[in-house]
Parts: sequence; C-alpha cells; structure tokens
Amino acid sequence: MLAEFGQISLACAACLALAAAVTGLGGNGARGELLRRSTVSMVVGQFVFATVAFAVLVTAFVNDDFSVEYVANNSNSLLPWYYKVSATWGGHEGSFLLWIVIMTLWMVAVVVRRQNYPERFANRVLGVLSLLNLGFLSFAFFTSNPFTRLIPMTPADGADLNPLLQDFGLIVHPPLLYVGYVGLAVPFAFAVAALLENRLDAAWSRWSRPWTNVAWAALTLGIALGSWWAYYELGWGGWWFWDPVENASFMPWLAATALIHSLAVTEKRGTFKSWTLLLAIAAFSLSLLGAFIVRSGVLTSVHAFAVDPERGSYILAFLALVVGGSLTLYALRGGGVRAAVGYKFMSREFFMLINNVILVVSLAVVLWGTLAPIGYEVVTGSRISIGVPFFNMFFVPLMLALAAAVALVPVLNWKRTRWAAIKPAFTYALPLAVVGGGLAVFFSEPRLVMVALALMLAAWIVVTHAFDVWKRVRARSSIPLSYAGMTLAHLGFAMTVVGIAVTSTQSVEADRRMAPGDQTELGTTAVQFVGMQQVRGPNYVADQGNFLVTPAGGKPYSLKPEKRRYLARGSIMTEAAINPGFMSDTYISLGEPLGDGAWAVRLHFKPLVRWVWFGCLLMALGGVIAVTDKRYRRLRARQDTPAHGGAAGQVSA
Amino acid sequence: MNPVRKRRLYLALFLLLAVSGTTAALMVALEQNINMFYPPADVVAGQAPTETPIRAGGMVLEGSVVRDPESLEVEFVLTDRAGAEFTVAYNGILPDLFREGQGIIVQGELQDNGRFAAREVLAKHDENYMPPELMDIAGHQDQGAGS
Repeated sequence: MLAEFGQISLACAACLALAAAVTGLGGNGARGELLRRSTVSMVVGQFVFATVAFAVLVTAFVNDDFSVEYVANNSNSLLPWYYKVSATWGGHEGSFLLWIVIMTLWMVAVVVRRQNYPERFANRVLGVLSLLNLGFLSFAFFTSNPFTRLIPMTPADGADLNPLLQDFGLIVHPPLLYVGYVGLAVPFAFAVAALLENRLDAAWSRWSRPWTNVAWAALTLGIALGSWWAYYELGWGGWWFWDPVENASFMPWLAATALIHSLAVTEKRGTFKSWTLLLAIAAFSLSLLGAFIVRSGVLTSVHAFAVDPERGSYILAFLALVVGGSLTLYALRGGGVRAAVGYKFMSREFFMLINNVILVVSLAVVLWGTLAPIGYEVVTGSRISIGVPFFNMFFVPLMLALAAAVALVPVLNWKRTRWAAIKPAFTYALPLAVVGGGLAVFFSEPRLVMVALALMLAAWIVVTHAFDVWKRVRARSSIPLSYAGMTLAHLGFAMTVVGIAVTSTQSVEADRRMAPGDQTELGTTAVQFVGMQQVRGPNYVADQGNFLVTPAGGKPYSLKPEKRRYLARGSIMTEAAINPGFMSDTYISLGEPLGDGAWAVRLHFKPLVRWVWFGCLLMALGGVIAVTDKRYRRLRARQDTPAHGGAAGQVSA
Repeated sequence: MNPVRKRRLYLALFLLLAVSGTTAALMVALEQNINMFYPPADVVAGQAPTETPIRAGGMVLEGSVVRDPESLEVEFVLTDRAGAEFTVAYNGILPDLFREGQGIIVQGELQDNGRFAAREVLAKHDENYMPPELMDIAGHQDQGAGS
C-alpha cells in the first residue's frame, strides 16, 4: 500500500503546484492579499508532499520491496543499508524525484526569506517556481513514475544497483549537482519576476546574487565530486573526458559563472542589465538542456540513463516552453532596459565584460561540441563523435586568457582606473610571477610553453590578490566578506588551473604485464607485484593484488587494487588503489588476468591532480562566503516602487 | 565621437572579432577532430578511409581474442553478425565490460591491409546499455528493454 501512498503524494504536490502557479502569477491584484498568502502555504505543501513521496521510496528501498519495479531494478537484498538508501537516486525515476524534492527545498528557502523582498515580487517568484515544479512533477508522474508495481510478477530479489554507483561518491554527487542545477531556477524565477513586475534595478540584482552564488557553489562542488568519482572509480585514472554528460553539467556552470560576474556589475554599476537577464535565463535553460541530454539518451555517454524517446520529447517540449516563454517575455520587456553609465577600457566593468565574453565563447564551444554529433546525424544520417582534442584546443587558450583577466581584477576600480594603480601589477607582480612560474617549469618534464604560461598566470593571480589583501590589512581597512569570498574563489581558480596544467602534462602512465614477483619502474618509483589473494565483500568477491611501492628515498608502502565480481549481476568492476597526496597521487589499477598468474596492470603517477578539486572547493567556499556578507543579511523589503532602467544605476560602488 | 558611441564601437568590434574568430576556429577544429563512425560492413567494403582517425564498432566474435604472451598486445575480430568481419589490433588494457559477444566501439585508424589499429577500446559501463552507434547493426534490436 505504501507505494501507492507515494504516488498519491506526488499527485497532491502537482495539484498544489498548479494552484500556486495560478495564485503566484495571477494573484497580484489590489485585493490579492489572501491569494498571496495561499501561494506561500501551497509552496510549503508542495515541499511536504514531495518529501513524503521521497520518504516512501526510500522506505521501499530499505525494506527491499521488490514489488516496486524501480526498487527491483536498482537494489538487491545483499546491499549494505547505506547503498540501499543511496540507490534511491541511482536510476532515472528516483533521481528525478530527488530533483523535485530539491526544487521544493529551494522554494521553501525562498519562502523563508520572502520578507526581504516586496510581497508582490516574492509572490511572482514563487509562482514561477511552482509553474516549473508543475512541469517537473507531471514529467515524473506521466513518464517516470518510480512507484510502478511489478504485480503479480514480483521478483524474489532485485537486479542490484550498478556496482559503479555503490560508492560514497554517488551518495553525495547527484544531490549536490541537483542542488546546483535546480538552484539556477531561483535566479531564473527572479529574472522572470523582475520582467513581469517591470523592476530591473540594482535591488533586483542584489536579491538575486545570494541565490546564484549558492546554486553555483553547489554546482561547482557537484562537478568536482563527479570528476573525483570518475578518477577513482572508473579505474583509468582520467578525471575529465569531455563526455556529453559532463558537458551537460559544465555548460550551466559556465553560464552561472558569467551570471555571478554580470550580476555584480548590475548591482554595483547598474549596467549589463539586459545581458544579466539573458544569462539568468540561459543558465537555467542549460540545466534543463543538461537534463535532456542525460535523460533522453540522445547521446552516447558513460553515464546516461537508458534510452527513452518519450521522456526525451517531454523534456524537449518543456525546454522549448521555458526558453520560448522567457525569451518572449524578455523581448517584450527587457529590450528597453538600458543604463547611461559610462566606463573606460581600464575598468572593472570592461574586464567583467571580457570575463563574460570568454565564458560565453567557452560555453559556445562546449555546446557546439556536444550537440554537433546530433545535428550531424539528423542531417546526414551517419554518426560522428568529437574528440577530446577539439575541446582542449579551445579551452587551453581561453582559460589562459581568462586567467590573465582574473589577475588584474584586484587592481582595477569601477568606472576607470589610473595607470598608477595598475602599474604595480605589471612592474612588481608580473615579474615575480614569471620568475616563480618559470622556476616551477624548469623542474617539469616535459617543459611545455602552455604549462609555463599557465603556471605564470596562476602565480600572477596569486600575487596580485595577495598584494591587495596585504594593502588592505596594512591600511587597516576592513575586508568585507564578499571581497574575501571573491579572493578565495579567484585563488581557487588559479589552483585548478595549475592542477589541470600540471597533471595533464606531467603524469607518468604505464600499462604493464606483471606476474607475481615482477618489479617495474614508474618514473623514480619502484613497484613490485607481491601477489594476489581472494577477498570477499558484502555483495562481491574480488581478486586483490598486493603491490609494494617504494618511492625514491621514501618509505615503502603497499597498494591493494581489486578486481571485483558483483554477485547479483555478475558484473566485473575495477577498484583502483590510490596513495593520495597533496603534491601527487600514485595510482594502481588491475586490468584483466592474462593467464599464468600474470595481470595487466595500470600504473599512474599523477602530480598535483588533487589541486584540480581543491581549487574547485576553494571556488565554492568563496561563493558561499560572499553570500554571508552583511549587505545580503540586512536586506529588508525596500520601498516597493517599480523603478525603470535609467534611474537605477545610482548605487555606489 | 562622443565617448558612449566610441565605447559602443569598441564593444561591437570586440564582439565581432571574438565571434568571427571563434566561428572560424570552431569550423577548422571540427574538421580535424571529427571521428566518423563506420559499421563493420563499411569497413570491409572499403568505404572507410584508411590512416585517418575514425570510429568503428561491432560485436566481439566469440573465440577470436588472441593475446600476446609477452606484452599487452591483443587482437580480436569485430563482426556485425551478418558476414562482415574485421580484425582489430590493440596494445593496452581492455575495459571491464570487454567480453566476447559484447558490442564495443574502437577508435583508431584503419590500415591499408584492412586491420584496424585501435588507440582506444570503449565498452559501456552498464551491461544493459547499448551504444547508440551499434543499435542499427542487425541482430541487436532487443536493447533498451527493461527500462
């Protein structure tokens, strides 16, 4: 009976979403007080019902209720309890239910903070969010119902969760990623509400910024976690493949990064308004596009869900409605938004513009590289794939240019900057960075121009930001949290750049045939294959290799990679053994047995690989710290006068 | 020229340059990095270009996997189960889901002698999942069920 209860909850949530969309978007008349209050309670209601539905599904997993088809396909009685819980979002239906729960969580967060915004505006935002949620709920209800029963053909045991997903990374990766994806709906709703209410002023962008930052930070962490998971779990030591599904999360990230910066300009200077609106619409639309790519199976990918044309067409139609609707509104209302505020070439505004152009160009490259194969197939009927070199060819120069722009941010002022203020960045910071980066490159092997550039630019970012912090500390001027957050995020970016540049060029990789007793070299490290043994886990058996690793001049340690066979599906899985380190990882994974006790063994030495993810962590942390700045905390609903474009740019920098 | 117009002019020029530069670069890059997919029938019929990076795919023919006893070199035959077969040579570690009878995709170059030198062997990470490229190949219309 329980599963039916979940289904009913979903239906209730959908009804409430419909009603809240109506009152939210239509209840703004003079006597709409009651309607506006009911919007709030119906939003909370959506959250309650969605949570109940989700709890029902989790319960079905924990209790091994294999009469529910989704449970039977994604779980097994042998799974440890924590994987039973996380298996709830291990497949399409359940993960979409999680998506909905997270959506309602964001909506409740807007409800909690609604006092900060004019009542009518908040009502619009909740209306837009409810409308979107209605789309999600009916998608779940009509095309991907997780509560469908398998009666009377109830299987005795489940088909098991894909072993790749039985991992800590999968417990946290999708929820975080969804917090980011769905979180972008909030700035989207703010943009639409602003267009509807005709109030595209600095206040609007200030309201929107904290939401954008948090969603962006979650997306950053989600992507980094996914990359880390792929690194240790897929067993081939790669951490980014330009796979369509990765691109699906990367595109909204690029748009959201651009949005964060352009929102800053809109808030501080009142310019870039139409552009900011467009980015807010684009960021969320790209998250929906991502959902389409992942869930429709149009693209070949490592972790796309199974192919289903019906779901694909639903999402595509939904996407068309969202994009079409919001762009129409934008065309009607957003076109005339223009501020007469000037700025010079050497100004923060101009560099924000450069930042935005670079990010949008990067976005175009990823979009093109991801969608071109589909277009090609539709037009010619034959299939193509686009290689990794395509993406790298663009991203290396684009990200280096971006790094150069980031390095100058601390010395640039709004509106215009005198040369005297910029000079130190070139006369002190740049030579320091060139020497530092150059020294590092001197010790690298192979020595590459692009790596040298990346290291120097990253060092430049660090030096100019450090100079600026030092200057502020010395002048005893306060350091606002938003400024601290920005600095941290920029340092994180520098760290990620260094990590990517070094690990993708300086890694040592070797695939060897090794029998017990064999010894081999990996760079300066000696690796000895001691032997194999059988081990047993809760739901798998494994061949475990024992390798004795002796770094030059270091203590020997052993690494034990496994080749697992999961009992329920009989599927084979590689479990890499990694000796992690801040400066480098040593990574061993087993290929296949080659007979006579010999194995194919993959050995990797990966310097600074963790910097890629640590940098993302710093970026996300920076984004969150910036939100705690007092100017967002002290928000109270300001005078509710709809202000038109021109008058709004007067907020001081 | 007044400053606002001047700035707009710069902006427009900058955008124009960026957009046209990117488009041109995109076209060139795409030209060089497209990997066309060829089913076994095309490979055997000589319709696939040689010495050019391409993708090919098929089922691994049962009993065709031959390993070199000293190294990681391996050879196997890909078939479409309709008579077209070609040999693939690869040096490295095969993915976990590489098995005889399994549908896989290889990326690399077709040599003049008709052998395919693979740089990468791709098998998908879910045994129920069929690479869309292989769905057209006869005898494998049963995929995608159970979802």
